[in-house]
Amino acid sequence: MTRPSLTSDESFRTLTAKMKHYEVEPNATIGEIKSMFHKSHPQWYPARQSIRLDPKGKSLKDEDVLQHLPVGTTATFYFRDLGAQISWVTVFLTEYAGPLLLYLMFYFRVPFIYAPKYDFTTSKHWVVHLACMCHSFHYLKRLLETLFVHRFSHGTMPLRNIFKNCTYYWGFAAWMAYYINHPLYTPPTIYGEQQVRMALVLFLFCQIGNFSIHIALRNLRPPGSKTRKIPYPTKNPFTWIFLLVSCPNYTYELGSWLGFTLMTQCLPVAFFTAVGFIQMTVWAKGKHRSYLKEFRDYPPLRSPILPFIL
Amino acid sequence: MASTEEDGSVEEKENNNKKRTKSAIAVAWLTFYNIAMTAGWLVLAMAMIRFYIQRGTHKGLYKSIARTLKFFQTIALLEVVHCAIGIVRTSVIVTGVQVCSRIFMVWFITNSIKQIQNEESVILFLVVWTVTEITRYSFYTFNLLNHLPYFIKWARYNMFIIMYPLGVVGELMTIYAALPYVRKTGMLSMRLPNKYNVSFDYYYFLIIVMLSYIPLFPQLYFHMLRQRRKVLLGEIIVEKDE
Repeated sequence: MTRPSLTSDESFRTLTAKMKHYEVEPNATIGEIKSMFHKSHPQWYPARQSIRLDPKGKSLKDEDVLQHLPVGTTATFYFRDLGAQISWVTVFLTEYAGPLLLYLMFYFRVPFIYAPKYDFTTSKHWVVHLACMCHSFHYLKRLLETLFVHRFSHGTMPLRNIFKNCTYYWGFAAWMAYYINHPLYTPPTIYGEQQVRMALVLFLFCQIGNFSIHIALRNLRPPGSKTRKIPYPTKNPFTWIFLLVSCPNYTYELGSWLGFTLMTQCLPVAFFTAVGFIQMTVWAKGKHRSYLKEFRDYPPLRSPILPFIL
Repeated sequence: MASTEEDGSVEEKENNNKKRTKSAIAVAWLTFYNIAMTAGWLVLAMAMIRFYIQRGTHKGLYKSIARTLKFFQTIALLEVVHCAIGIVRTSVIVTGVQVCSRIFMVWFITNSIKQIQNEESVILFLVVWTVTEITRYSFYTFNLLNHLPYFIKWARYNMFIIMYPLGVVGELMTIYAALPYVRKTGMLSMRLPNKYNVSFDYYYFLIIVMLSYIPLFPQLYFHMLRQRRKVLLGEIIVEKDE
């Protein structure tokens, strides 16, 4: 007794009803086929096309060559619309610019945030100024890395991601900034000034570490390529953590935010650190798993994000 | 807002070529769990009916069943664990949201704000919850025993059409009634300055909770409607072929 399958949200367009025929050379790439498809279907630019040999199979890569695929003299491909796409660079720039600017608005106590008598005043606590410098430095660094350092595997991501990501980054930034720059802010009480100093050291150490890892990862990949290699420690001591961890960029990122939490002693910052840590752990585990799958000789001592622990 | 729940039964998956054979222990435990929960909510139902028949009023009814309600509704947290360990095929997040909203209503509204315990809206959502849970748990039980009477399936996929909106009304009215007391007592709230540099206003939090019903309720409601069409109407078409 087979139940009729009803349309689910992601219905697959089998082109049997509207089959398009193309003549191509055997050495044509999927990327070229996507361009041809785009010409006859101008609304589906190549970045939003997913081309597969099997409707339920994996998406083929742009670099795949026709004659190396399991097809005969005719090949049938299935197309899926991935939805509107946006470039990774655009998303990163937008999601990082927000926190940078929002935090500064709270720092300078722009009107309508706090009571009017506090408009454009400055905090009397030096840790508040320090926190602003650290937060701004962090997001400035991220923006510059997006423009000059990172080499992205994928060009684009679904458009709806930008709304999700910006809500997350901008929302948390505003929430943290509100309390740190509040007229009634209380500087760290547990270990006072010493706490702030140690937190600053931790923060700076991890910022340098994180940057070192980004540079190391960039150098693994020649410009314009999408190759994947195992990262190894370099002469830079900050990269020696590669001996123990697959994704030390996340490890250092966690460290930076732990530093910022201790520096400001602010619960919203602790929340942000915790949520970020959970997300980064998920990503690190995924990355670690793909390294293990792709490379037989992957160093066994490494953990995804925390040495020996996680 | 959790009058109904996403269905996790094996039966309702399309194209079920790869049958998942659950371990015998899992099936035994789930059967026991669902029978126990069905019994628990039946006990609640009978206690409520008996109270009303004996006293003729709903005042004091919540107090009389409070302990039983808290017990069985809190135990439902296990359902999140079931999803997490994979013996029930439903999203952990969906189940988590459903169970948490129930726990929230019971512990953070009705249990903590004594002044609203005799509101009619409380009785409304209690009745809705009881009817829904008895239907739901007996549905799961019969499913696990592979003997599902049609009327239980019918109930599970039709009652929600009325129960769900009624439940939402009951819950929203209860939260609304609680607002003045929350404001007056400042319960669960924290103000600046404090050493954690955070503040929380339970009053405004409740208002946000009420507003969140607007986007969330239609999503869950239409999801159940879609499930209903798949399960109930799908079946009718096949019977015609035979």
